[in-house]
Amino acid sequence: MENQILIEARELSRRYGATMAVSGLNLTLRKGEILGLLGPNGAGKSTTMKMLAGCLAPSGGTVKINGIDLAQAARAAKSSLGYLPEQPPLYPELTVDEYLRFCAGLHGIPGNQREAAVTRSKQACGLTEVAERLIHNLSKGYQQRVGLAQAIIHRPPVIILDEPTVGLDPIQIREIRSLIKQLGESHSVILSSHILPEIQAVCSRVMIINKGRSVYSESIENTAQHRVESVIAGLRKPPAIAVLKGLPGVNRAEALDGSLFRLAVDAGTDPREALAEAAAKNGWGLFELRSQAKTLEEVFVELTSGDITVHETQKEAA
Amino acid sequence: MSTVLTIARNEARRIFVSPLAWAVLAVLQLIFAVVFVSLLFSYAQDSQVRDQSQGVADVIGGGLFGFAAVVLLLSIPLMTMRLFAEERKSGSLTLLLSAPASLIEIVLGKFLGLVSFMLAALVLLAIMPLTLLSGTHLDLGFIASGLLGLFLLMLSFGAAGLFVSTLTREPTIAAVVSFGLLLFFWLIQIFANQQIPFASAIGYLAIIGHFQSLLRGIFNTADVVYYLLFTVFFLWLAVLRLDIERN
Repeated sequence: MENQILIEARELSRRYGATMAVSGLNLTLRKGEILGLLGPNGAGKSTTMKMLAGCLAPSGGTVKINGIDLAQAARAAKSSLGYLPEQPPLYPELTVDEYLRFCAGLHGIPGNQREAAVTRSKQACGLTEVAERLIHNLSKGYQQRVGLAQAIIHRPPVIILDEPTVGLDPIQIREIRSLIKQLGESHSVILSSHILPEIQAVCSRVMIINKGRSVYSESIENTAQHRVESVIAGLRKPPAIAVLKGLPGVNRAEALDGSLFRLAVDAGTDPREALAEAAAKNGWGLFELRSQAKTLEEVFVELTSGDITVHETQKEAA
Repeated sequence: MSTVLTIARNEARRIFVSPLAWAVLAVLQLIFAVVFVSLLFSYAQDSQVRDQSQGVADVIGGGLFGFAAVVLLLSIPLMTMRLFAEERKSGSLTLLLSAPASLIEIVLGKFLGLVSFMLAALVLLAIMPLTLLSGTHLDLGFIASGLLGLFLLMLSFGAAGLFVSTLTREPTIAAVVSFGLLLFFWLIQIFANQQIPFASAIGYLAIIGHFQSLLRGIFNTADVVYYLLFTVFFLWLAVLRLDIERN
């Protein structure tokens, strides 16, 4: 069951009055994946996560958690879910222990296993030393960790984290990130952020949301390797530009200086092999060949800025 | 059911670790004590009071509990205002909403937690007339009826306050509005004595009329049912309101 689907959202939409916060969103999370939800402010990330966590009923579409429909069997579905909202849901007047004990009970952990669950969760989040302190007196970073401890206390298969590193200092951010990575080994995690390096550092798959729609969904590996945008070729005895343009997969060619050329590439193709072959056959004197891949940032900016037409890339990473 | 109890226990803990609950209990106790002592003096010194009443339980118990109803009308909204309004404001409501608990369980749990505060206030109040047992004969049925009436009244106040608390994210607004709502149900008693249509129906809806008979030691099932229906109605409204919010 390595590829067990833990979250499956189909055609999810949510309307606030006249505005569509989320429309027609499809999302699949498999076991062992860390999915990063990216998007500019107001893109619908938080709304999507609230719907996945069952705090907000979708206006349309369905959510299945671990194969159980969230609308029809809310209790069963929610028991395999841990959720950390943007603002950690804490009771500042309680101590960390009291709070976590309550969360354990709330998630139906039987009385005799509660202490063990609290201890385990505290250890995972590095809270053992502050267990007796009031949550009110903890720093923001520790409060965030208490929120995380709450989300994992019942060992849910699915963890939903809404901007878990917002407002933390760089060291705390690193700690939380490594904690999330650790969690990703035994749980499936959905994580939202608008910090690109964070997604790249932590996630195995990335989904970009803009204006309530999914505009990009690809594994981090594919994002890093296979989004070849252009190829730089160095040729000692270059042919005419038109010949380079005629190569399969190349849609534009320009000379950078005497012997360096940039070839713009059709989406999804890589003309490097063909170019090398042609260079060898015709004796163009190929001395340099490298691809310029699009970074996540470039993808993000391209997909979320301006009024470009939305194109759904729903290729699920296998 | 265990979810309800878990939420209730947590709510009770949160109420009693807050200074607000202790401040309210202390102030209530001080006011009740002043009233109790003044009633005691008037009973001991004024023979007219003794002749017109049905005994010490009537004057002191009845008088004290009748006065307590007014004070509780003012103080219960302070205890209910935080229930949902503050949780919504601080974002902690999400914890309950994303947990495997139904809205009914959440509302019932919170209400039961509040009931623990009401019982504390009630016990502290009951101790005062019961101290008279050491010196005189006390009509315990009379006292019990008054305490039951007061408890039912508190349940109704609490349920209405809880509902108002689900409407807003500002605790102070919740307090003001629930105070107004309770006062409204109190004051419509005035219309019961006017020559207007449905006067008797309005009088029946008024929250205080049913308390008066319990205060006089008359136990009528209809009065008890009125308070229970009032309580259930507002708790149900609170569940509906939270459901609407989710949609």
